[in-house]
Amino acid sequence: MIIFWVLVLAGAGVPLLAFLGSGRRGARLFLLLNFLVLIACVVMSVQVATQGIIRAGGDEFRVDAFSLLLALVNSTVGFSIAWFSHSYFLKEVQHHGLSAGQQKLYHSMFQLFLFTMLLAVLTNNMGILWVALEGATLSSVLLVSLMRKPQGLEAAWKYFILCGVGLAMALLGTVLLYFAAEPALGAGSDALLWSQLHAHSAALNSGVLTIAFIFVLVGFGTKVGLAPLHSWLPDAHAAGPSTASAALSALLLNVALYAILRFKSLLSGPVAGPFAAHLLMGFGLLTLLLAAFSMFRQQDVKRLFAYSSMEHMALITFAFGLGGPLAIFAGMLHMLGHSLAKSSVFFATGQASQEAGTQDISALNGLLHSRPVLGWSVLLSVLAILGMPPGSLFFSEILILASAVQQSWQSVPFLLVGLGTVFAAIYPRLQAMLLAPANSLPNRQSGVGGLLPVFFQISLVVILGVAIPGQIELWLHDVAGIVQ
Amino acid sequence: MIMHSILAHSAIISPVLRILAAWMLVLSFALLAQRRLLSLIRLLAWQGVTLAVGTALVGQLTGDPVLWVSAVLTLSIKGILMPYVLHYLLRRLQVRGDVEMTLNVPSTQLLGILLVVFAFSIAAPLDGYLPAATHGMLGIALAAFLLSFLMMITRRKAISQIVGFLAMDNALFFAATSATLGMPLIVELGIALDTLIGLVVIGVFFFQIRDTFDSLDLHYLEHIREDK
Repeated sequence: MIIFWVLVLAGAGVPLLAFLGSGRRGARLFLLLNFLVLIACVVMSVQVATQGIIRAGGDEFRVDAFSLLLALVNSTVGFSIAWFSHSYFLKEVQHHGLSAGQQKLYHSMFQLFLFTMLLAVLTNNMGILWVALEGATLSSVLLVSLMRKPQGLEAAWKYFILCGVGLAMALLGTVLLYFAAEPALGAGSDALLWSQLHAHSAALNSGVLTIAFIFVLVGFGTKVGLAPLHSWLPDAHAAGPSTASAALSALLLNVALYAILRFKSLLSGPVAGPFAAHLLMGFGLLTLLLAAFSMFRQQDVKRLFAYSSMEHMALITFAFGLGGPLAIFAGMLHMLGHSLAKSSVFFATGQASQEAGTQDISALNGLLHSRPVLGWSVLLSVLAILGMPPGSLFFSEILILASAVQQSWQSVPFLLVGLGTVFAAIYPRLQAMLLAPANSLPNRQSGVGGLLPVFFQISLVVILGVAIPGQIELWLHDVAGIVQ
Repeated sequence: MIMHSILAHSAIISPVLRILAAWMLVLSFALLAQRRLLSLIRLLAWQGVTLAVGTALVGQLTGDPVLWVSAVLTLSIKGILMPYVLHYLLRRLQVRGDVEMTLNVPSTQLLGILLVVFAFSIAAPLDGYLPAATHGMLGIALAAFLLSFLMMITRRKAISQIVGFLAMDNALFFAATSATLGMPLIVELGIALDTLIGLVVIGVFFFQIRDTFDSLDLHYLEHIREDK
């Protein structure tokens, strides 16, 4: 029942915001809706904690530890985005002269995006999972192009076409999955239910399944930002409003990887299983190195952190490819930490570049002196994303490295080079942004209330790092049993 | 049960299905060669209609009512609504009638033939798992998919890229119908819903592009550099 509440609350917001989503009222309504969704998700997690896996609508919706953790992080970040958006977006409206229609478009498309992200993790049907990810692409395209600047339109077009092609491949993969499942499970919607497929995975034709997995990996991998089909990612992150960048990084990339991992868990047997694992590890390492070395050239603060998202997703993909309880625990923890920290980074740098009127890093200077609260939020969130202790990303990176040493020593040098390069690329920029003498005073100061989610989420990251709640730890361990 | 009815009907229907599949491939080649936007949209509509008829035939073959629903959905969305919306956009946005290509027609056609050979060689091993009535159709669907992809990457105008994209979608549906005799109803409905949202998004998006650049030619959209 609670599953329906989550989806209905999130989904009902879409038409509501399409009519009432302009001005201050729209921003408040958006905030209220996502607060309610967050509460519903917390109630849902209490139910899962007490009753174990919960289902609804026959077997169409199913919440286990893996989907629950992502639903929790989706709704938490969704709420933070709505909070930040309240002040940020109203400023954007002033600066860019957005009409009431565009404001409604922004709020309703954003709500649609958040709804599809929840639908994707709560559904048990692999076909609906695809439908949700396609819906997420369609709704976020208009967020990227919202400002109608040439750069934004170009990025949105690239995003639309590349991810459209990717999703078409993923659909082909889904069709092939159904094709493989039909003989074992019979025609009809049961044959695409993950729980059914997982229970009967030994009976599925592994040849067809392997081909399906390749299509799904390439297809959804486009959305995760795995090289070589990643080129939409930095453009789309840089062009849209910062709230959209935060949403793409913190929700979409995770959920796309979630889809790949759900597929992977269906591959069993001595040939198909390791094959899929090696593919994930290979794509992970390739993307990690590519993203790390691309960072040096970036002048745009949001592009820089978009590459950082690629780097983290690559690391997570690698960890899940590595397999084994420790690596999967670490990968999942990293997913949570990255979502919370990276959305904070986009809130903080988003506000900084809004105030400065530019996203050029060299123009964002001396934040710690001129705007202390903003400076501190940039400092804390970027340190968290760099994997500094006591944030959880530090521990998950150490755990991923440790399991790589145990299980695949050949990959360790690549990981170290990648992580070292990222640090070398980001840290000096951070210093300049915080400490260098300011070029000029920011010309469009706004309040600091919008930055509250940064401190809220960074404290969550620290809690996950040093004093992880027992129930969350249990769920993190459960994930290994699900995706293995 | 299903296998039984396939055996009963396949003698008559399966040749028709095969002709439809061939027709699908011909349409994909035509899309690749066509230079005029209006004709591109017409060809896309024909693809949609072919797809709907094919789905209905498979529905007849298996006696599965879900496929009839799917056929009606396909006809109304892919055969009628989508071409209509594209046509409307074309008129409203006053796009010039010709398509600029990055590669000339003969070379794309030759490339297309290679893609067809490639598609058949990939799909051949999968034929063993297919019902006899739909042997060879997965190869055709894959070929149509690759041809539409080729078309998409060789065109400059936003509308023709979208046509290529939608043709890719059609090919996928053809694959779904022929390989698995259709997807579950709930998935079909979800995909149809996505298509409708997609049409709205495409519409809004085209107007945004036109208002910003006064053109739908995509070479205006080639300016993002890594290090500006």
